[in-house]
Amino acid sequence: MEILMSILIGFLFMAAVYLILSRSLLRIIIGTGLLSHGTHLLLITMGGLNGKAAPVLTDGVTDYVDPIPQALILTAIVISFGVTAFSLVLAYRTYKELGTDNMELMKGTEDND
Amino acid sequence: MINLLLFPVLIPFLFAAILLFFPKKVKAQRITVMIGLLLALTSTIALLIKVKSDGVQTLTLGSWAPPFGITMVSDMLSVLLVTSSLIIALFVVWYSFTSIGEDREKAFYYPAIMFMLTGVNGAFTTGDIFNMFVFFEVLLMSSYVLIVLGGEKGQLRESIKYILVNIVSSSLFVITVGYLYSVVGTLNMADISIKLAEIGQAGIITVIAVLFLIVFGIKGAIFPLFFWLPGSYAAPPMPILTLFGALLTKVGVYAIIRTYTLFFTTDIGFTHELLMIISIITIIAGCIGALAYFDVKQIIIYNIVIAVGVILFGASIMNENGMLGSMFYLIHDILIKGALFLLIGIVIKITGTSDLRKMGGLMKRYPTLAWSYLVAAFGLAGIPPLSGFLGKLLIVQGGIEDGHIWQSIFILASSLVVLLSVIRIFIYAFWGEEKVVQEISPKTYRHLLAPTICLVVITVLYGVGSEFVVPFMKDATTVLLDPAVYTDAVFKGVK
Repeated sequence: MEILMSILIGFLFMAAVYLILSRSLLRIIIGTGLLSHGTHLLLITMGGLNGKAAPVLTDGVTDYVDPIPQALILTAIVISFGVTAFSLVLAYRTYKELGTDNMELMKGTEDND
Repeated sequence: MINLLLFPVLIPFLFAAILLFFPKKVKAQRITVMIGLLLALTSTIALLIKVKSDGVQTLTLGSWAPPFGITMVSDMLSVLLVTSSLIIALFVVWYSFTSIGEDREKAFYYPAIMFMLTGVNGAFTTGDIFNMFVFFEVLLMSSYVLIVLGGEKGQLRESIKYILVNIVSSSLFVITVGYLYSVVGTLNMADISIKLAEIGQAGIITVIAVLFLIVFGIKGAIFPLFFWLPGSYAAPPMPILTLFGALLTKVGVYAIIRTYTLFFTTDIGFTHELLMIISIITIIAGCIGALAYFDVKQIIIYNIVIAVGVILFGASIMNENGMLGSMFYLIHDILIKGALFLLIGIVIKITGTSDLRKMGGLMKRYPTLAWSYLVAAFGLAGIPPLSGFLGKLLIVQGGIEDGHIWQSIFILASSLVVLLSVIRIFIYAFWGEEKVVQEISPKTYRHLLAPTICLVVITVLYGVGSEFVVPFMKDATTVLLDPAVYTDAVFKGVK
């Protein structure tokens, strides 16, 4: 199971890297979304995919899934959600101000703002 | 008081929350932010005295036994860094009163600074690797806000790049923490240190060490990973640039030093050799940049890169002198970069340009500014009685003791380049024909100069009074060179 997950995560990372290296700003942000999905899946996989019951105290169940990675992922999800929301608004604002979403055109120095 | 080591994190956080309530009342904002910073600084100095007399302070939140709860650890290195970050913040905020402009002040400028300090101080104080990630995000999120605040075209353009680079490096941080967790099964830094020492030399640990170097190297701007820094740092206004230049890269440097002295001590031959090579190339790259530009901001920004290289070289030697010098240079660099950025901020304000070739002859009209700039420039280069001297001396001494002759010569040569680059600013901007300057009222000038001069005086005192500072640095070095001191402090009474 871990092998399968690793391959899937690797595929997500591949897609994320490809998208981040593209020109359009929106594709880059989609890439960061995929990157964070890959990261979160990696966290849950690295914690081990064994254990039977959800980590909720119930009578008679002793075989629990490791609860720590789940807590870590929950933290990482809200953080990346906040950052993504910020970057989306920033992309919107940049598009309005600069009139382009092409990263190639966003060069410029102090002299030619 | 056992909670003392949380105060430098909690006080800025509390005040940031309070400041959110009345964004339009500029005067109230200024008074509140100052009270907050002074309170935080006072508590930090109390903590500094406590750490000096009683050794490493630890606190596990919620009274859980150490590896299970989040531990906050305040050793000498972290408390020194927290103190200097608060000092810098204090002067930058004071400087902002006259320089940042009311529009920005009304747009949550001070709360963002306080949240950033929460993140910076938290990252310096934490003893939990995932908690460090969270504090990194706290400081990065506030830095995103600060870098784009005002919404000028240049700022928007550069902040997009800054945010993208940091999103990628944050993801990489989580990935690396995931790998580390799967190897050791713990997140507490002291516990990781013990477990990694038990595992000993294993290939995967070296891989994780290099991954951490990449993650923190992106934050701290080391050689192949500093590409984002010059553009992004030049975009925001001067006080924000000062905060970033003095503090943000140093958090990355601190994290590299912490992980490489606490976790990855088994395969020093490979990891620390790599760190050393990279730090030397970082210095060379920084030197090239510092000489290449006629833009005052860029010159000082590339000097950040050089300093990061020098500090990491000292840390990579792993002997007492090198580490001691590294500590000394780290604190020196935070203070002097703050002072230099504030000084050139005034120069840019007066001349209305950051291009050296359009400046000239400021010496006649602004002699105080000129002489304090010269003092700061000599301090940066390390002319003996000033602050940069002892750190570099110890680093070079440590390097030679360990047989790294060529690398030590590089460090010395880099000092010359640093001196040349900052003296070039002095010659172009202050000597020569007087060129057209923007009218800046004497009152504004005085208000900008006051915090700057204070900071320059502090750097001078830091250099002249190094006798007094050295015992503190020695304590910091002891903890770094012997992880057992750190782990024992965290697990005291448990194992």
